[in-house]
Amino acid sequence: MKTDQLIDLLSTNVEPVKSGHLKKTLAFALLIGGVAAFCVMLTTVGMRSQASDKLDPSYLVLKLLFTISLVALGAMLLTRLMRPSQSGPKQSTLVILPFLMIAGAGMIALIFGEPMAWGRMLFGMHWVTCLLCIPLFAVLPFAALIWALRQGAPTNLTQAGAIAGLVAGALGATAYAFHCPDDSVPYIAIWYGTLVGLCGLIGAILGPRLLRW
Amino acid sequence: MNVAANEPELRELMIRALDGDAASYRTLLERLSGQLRTFFKARLNRIGRGPVEAEDLLQETLIAIHTRRHTYDRSQLFTPWAYAIARYKFLDYLRRTKLSAADIPIDQAELMVRGDTVQTESSMDLEKLLQEISPKERQAIRYVKLDGLSVREAAARSGMSESAVKVSVHRGLKALARLIGKEAGS
Repeated sequence: MKTDQLIDLLSTNVEPVKSGHLKKTLAFALLIGGVAAFCVMLTTVGMRSQASDKLDPSYLVLKLLFTISLVALGAMLLTRLMRPSQSGPKQSTLVILPFLMIAGAGMIALIFGEPMAWGRMLFGMHWVTCLLCIPLFAVLPFAALIWALRQGAPTNLTQAGAIAGLVAGALGATAYAFHCPDDSVPYIAIWYGTLVGLCGLIGAILGPRLLRW
Repeated sequence: MNVAANEPELRELMIRALDGDAASYRTLLERLSGQLRTFFKARLNRIGRGPVEAEDLLQETLIAIHTRRHTYDRSQLFTPWAYAIARYKFLDYLRRTKLSAADIPIDQAELMVRGDTVQTESSMDLEKLLQEISPKERQAIRYVKLDGLSVREAAARSGMSESAVKVSVHRGLKALARLIGKEAGS
């Protein structure tokens, strides 16, 4: 086939293209993914029972501050990563900020805490549940985000996969935060931080396979 | 002349094309294919591939640009967007053919554009590719894209609704893009 023939074909009766479609797709995937993660949380472990223990909302707020800031930052990066560009956005390293902040806060809490209580602060009572739930809750948001990215044209597949994994992990952790009975800053730093990071790593590995076009 | 020098004009053409101006779109694709042919020839030449492979990759890139044109952000530069797709398709080609990007030295000379208009026949056969997509999509592409019928005429002739024709053309082109990608690496 001659290239002119292809150009003929492509440029005959071109349909106008609306702008802003990609951002809507991404927003939709975030919404669906978040709702799905929340539903999975409700049907598996359920909300934290408020009657049995005294709920301190400040820890829930802290957990959400970490996860939501990651979701927001990641979503902003994904709007760029889903379009072709010569290099990935250099701002991608910004996702490390929420991790640094929570790790710093965790260290400070440990320093001011009783050394005797360190074990309980780090491991809490339910770290196994946390270990299983965050990745589990992240599965559906990840699928939704990959679908959205595939509507675009990502050219840096590893980076796009990694950020999608991080955002999915953060959405999973957001849902888990409503169940999570462990209230300690070092606990959030270790378990939330590691597991969300792990989701990002898995995303980076899967990205090139799932996002090829 | 440098690639960047054509930017304002190409971007203008692209924005008009996105609004549905077929003539601007044709001019854009013609200009761009001259530049991209140089880009691919220079790169493939260094790994011992000829003009046929360059034309294959060029066509793969053009159809990718078409089916992904909604990913162009009108507030951004056009040339980096188009070359990002070309570069992506080139790296994908290397991966498919088990070549490594490390073998290829980066050379500024390739960023100079003479606009290579010497066309070679690619290894792709449009008729054969069309046989591989679904009959409905094939018919829609034939009416709207090859025979140049309007969407309304194509709808009347095929008994489909207008939106079904549009969807079929869109899906058919995406299917063709996938097939071309497969062919170009084999």
